[in-house]
Amino acid sequence: MSGTFIGMPAFPVAAREALDNAQQRRNLQHATQTIRDKRAAVVDEVDRWEELRVAGAAIKDHVLTHLDGYLVQLEESLTRAGATVHWARDAEEANRIVTALARETGTDEVVKVKSMTTQEIGLNEALEDAGIHAWETDLAELIVQLGRDRPSHILVPAIHRNRAEIREIFLREMGKVGTPAPEGLTSAPHELAESARRHLREKFLRAKVAISGANFAVAETGTLVVVESEGNGRMCLTLPETLISVVGIEKVLPTVADLDVFLKLLPRSSTGERMNPYTSTWTGVTPGDGPQQVHVVLLDNGRSDALADHVGRQALRCIRCSACLNVCPVYERVGGHAYGSVYPGPIGAVLNPQLRGTESPVDKSLPYASSLCGACFDVCPVRIEIPDLLVHLRTRVVDEKRGGLPSGEQLAMKGASWMFAEHTRWERAQRGAELGGRVLGKKDSIGRLPGPLSAWSDARDAPIPPGESFRTWWKRERGQG
Amino acid sequence: MRVALFATCFNDTMWPQTPKAVVTVLERLGVTVEFPLEQTCCGQMFTNTGYAREALPLVERFADVFGAYDAVVAPSGSCVGSIRHQHGTVARGCARPALAERAEAGARNVYELSELLVDVLGVTDVGATFPHRVTYHPTCHSLRMLRVADKPLRLLRAVRGIDLVELPGADQCCGFGGTFAMKNADTSVSMGSDKARHVRETEAEVLVAGDNSCLAHIGGLLHRQRAGVRVLHLAEVLASTERDFAADQELGAVASR
Amino acid sequence: MIGSRQEMLGRITAALDGAERAPAPGRRHGAVTSSPDVAALFVERVEDYRAVVERVAPAGVAAAVADALAGTGQVVVPPGLPRDWLAADGVDVVTDDGGLAADDLDRIDAVVTAAAVGVATTGTIVLDHGPDQGRRALSLVPDLHVCVVHESQLVGDVPESITRLRDAVVGGRPLTWISGPSATSDIELERVEGVHGPRRLHVLLVSDGDSTPRARA
Repeated sequence: MSGTFIGMPAFPVAAREALDNAQQRRNLQHATQTIRDKRAAVVDEVDRWEELRVAGAAIKDHVLTHLDGYLVQLEESLTRAGATVHWARDAEEANRIVTALARETGTDEVVKVKSMTTQEIGLNEALEDAGIHAWETDLAELIVQLGRDRPSHILVPAIHRNRAEIREIFLREMGKVGTPAPEGLTSAPHELAESARRHLREKFLRAKVAISGANFAVAETGTLVVVESEGNGRMCLTLPETLISVVGIEKVLPTVADLDVFLKLLPRSSTGERMNPYTSTWTGVTPGDGPQQVHVVLLDNGRSDALADHVGRQALRCIRCSACLNVCPVYERVGGHAYGSVYPGPIGAVLNPQLRGTESPVDKSLPYASSLCGACFDVCPVRIEIPDLLVHLRTRVVDEKRGGLPSGEQLAMKGASWMFAEHTRWERAQRGAELGGRVLGKKDSIGRLPGPLSAWSDARDAPIPPGESFRTWWKRERGQG
Repeated sequence: MRVALFATCFNDTMWPQTPKAVVTVLERLGVTVEFPLEQTCCGQMFTNTGYAREALPLVERFADVFGAYDAVVAPSGSCVGSIRHQHGTVARGCARPALAERAEAGARNVYELSELLVDVLGVTDVGATFPHRVTYHPTCHSLRMLRVADKPLRLLRAVRGIDLVELPGADQCCGFGGTFAMKNADTSVSMGSDKARHVRETEAEVLVAGDNSCLAHIGGLLHRQRAGVRVLHLAEVLASTERDFAADQELGAVASR
Repeated sequence: MIGSRQEMLGRITAALDGAERAPAPGRRHGAVTSSPDVAALFVERVEDYRAVVERVAPAGVAAAVADALAGTGQVVVPPGLPRDWLAADGVDVVTDDGGLAADDLDRIDAVVTAAAVGVATTGTIVLDHGPDQGRRALSLVPDLHVCVVHESQLVGDVPESITRLRDAVVGGRPLTWISGPSATSDIELERVEGVHGPRRLHVLLVSDGDSTPRARA
């Protein structure tokens, strides 16, 4: 599917490497803590936040279970408003459509609004292959692109980088592709931002084609919505002659009125602000204002597969706010790269295996990349039950492996289930533990263990079973039940 | 009142003093405790690792053994969470809708210890004495699946002689997470180490929680670090009385792990 | 192309085969924040974004605009901006006739526009790009945006603003929601005002009565 992130190792392997990167861990911990606190403060300000969450989930569930109808309505509205609608079954088809549209204009460069969907399909790489430069214009995306890096967070893709690293990247790379960073650039964030402004301004003023995603697409009117902070989005959506928006089919909202819920939920959940600096809405072509060639590519790329799963479907409610990343203890330590996708963190762990299937080692391991602590559900603005979904996907991974030569884990689970299914078998097993406990005697714990158990005992002492189980004690003290 | 005790397989074998403490506390409050010997395991480990089919017989067994009781208590937030939140889903996923309904109906009478004491029995002071510096870790499934909120803390605050200190970052997961502790051991240990550091910062003698599984993980780290902090299940603190300390017993005799 | 459309719709219909179709939810979402003093709340919240906000009487708009523009060079205005807002001397004004290219706008220092709606709770001004607000590029490229909002245009919170703006959207107009100056938090989550959009936002909130003298909050 996606051209990026192929050949990623399973999550635990990538996680171990990430945990060793102390600088990145410090950057992540600081950033996630900051944004977590900001979110909590602005969410507390809202009366009946829970009611909004319920409304957001209900609107999305309604759209998703009527998606066929709403997509047709969206297409009609867009066409009426002067836009051209394209349908893309997968990443390859979407990239082909966008590349052809860009080529038709005769341009060799496009400016891009930060868009998860175009990253998901690997559009930049496809455009580069066709000889078209795709300039990322969001500051964090620019940092990632110039640093030949991968995004590691949905909202703040360069969250794993600190200011000193960013300064180095700007000084080294900007001059190679345009206006260089000023000499004497310090690592003060306002100087780095100013440097990005100067670097990108010439590209904004020159660009003939822009590419965006959309946060929402209103079926009633054909209105697309982009929520952003820096104004790079407005530049792209306003100045070029041609605008191509790649929109996942799950982004549809029925009516303009539905925006009231989502424009309250999204900024507070995402950046921890009452409102993000800029939100742009546009409806096809506006004569005399902005792009006069407007294209919308509706993208499936695995979404209809997720839709077919009656439990998994709720992951399509996601509005990409990234609140779940910021509260996740696993993400906070490991960072985004270990998830092997542009969608990291808890939502990535449930979205990727649904969009991409569970063939690859990383997609098989993602549902297990969680301690099921549940912090993600509590902050999700559309109430996606991520822990339940993780368990659901674990079951899918396990069931897909059934039928072949059983693994050690499968044998252990089957054996344990057989044992627990009858209390007399369980009691026999328990007597073995009691015996072990009496043999180990006075020691209060076990140090290092061999084989697979070393995963536990490398850092943690293990408890010793007592000489007498509760059940044996109860029988002795209280008789047979 | 008659209450069935679901000891949980883990406690039954590894931490018998926890279900014993539940019996002590409940009988002190005049409750008749029964322990159905046919009980085994709630199946949580199977369910959460993706082995729903292997969990199914245990879901059915739990419904058979405990379905007839008006109240069932278990000294484990995560097992009660699994029973209440997952048994129906497992049965439904295995195409057993009738069992799902029976399991869900039965699960409504299953309580985590602090829920039974505070919500059902209406008690916060259970007559315990525990003259030690204690900090409390609210395990994730108690906190976010069962929403027990401050019930365990209300019970602890009523304990005589206790010096209860707040745990920094209390709502952060300890990193146990069942098979997560093995499958993602590095991340699990990283999370547990931060938890252990916060515990040490409190200078508490005892870390208390409502789940021995989380305590085994945090306690295993503390023990390896020779931190000198004991871990103890909430039930055992609530079972302690003046008599336990009058004989100048060492805490270790009560809290031995 | 047609093939892809048919195939996607077919997949979706198949995916929803037998699914419980969730009903459209009712339209009472969350709370509408009611503030006893919407104008004061609006001022407080706009200031939170480190924008400049002043309260002025109708008779004082021209002077306030001139003050806000002090020290800047050329100013662009939309064709429908009330001319009496620019009555003060010393302002070099270009009226947009649609012919200014992006490069031209980049050489202009400031823009003055009206607004369609102000949202108190979030400190947001919304442009529906009517004649007194102009096309989108005007309020984007110049570095200073002076925006004149009337108290009668204020609403309490986002849901009420959507109600007011619905007709403009249905009529095909674009909207721009502006909450403070352009900003980023991409570097270590530290907020920096001023990236690509106007780095200075100056909001003039005009009181409804026209007899009071110009007063600054």
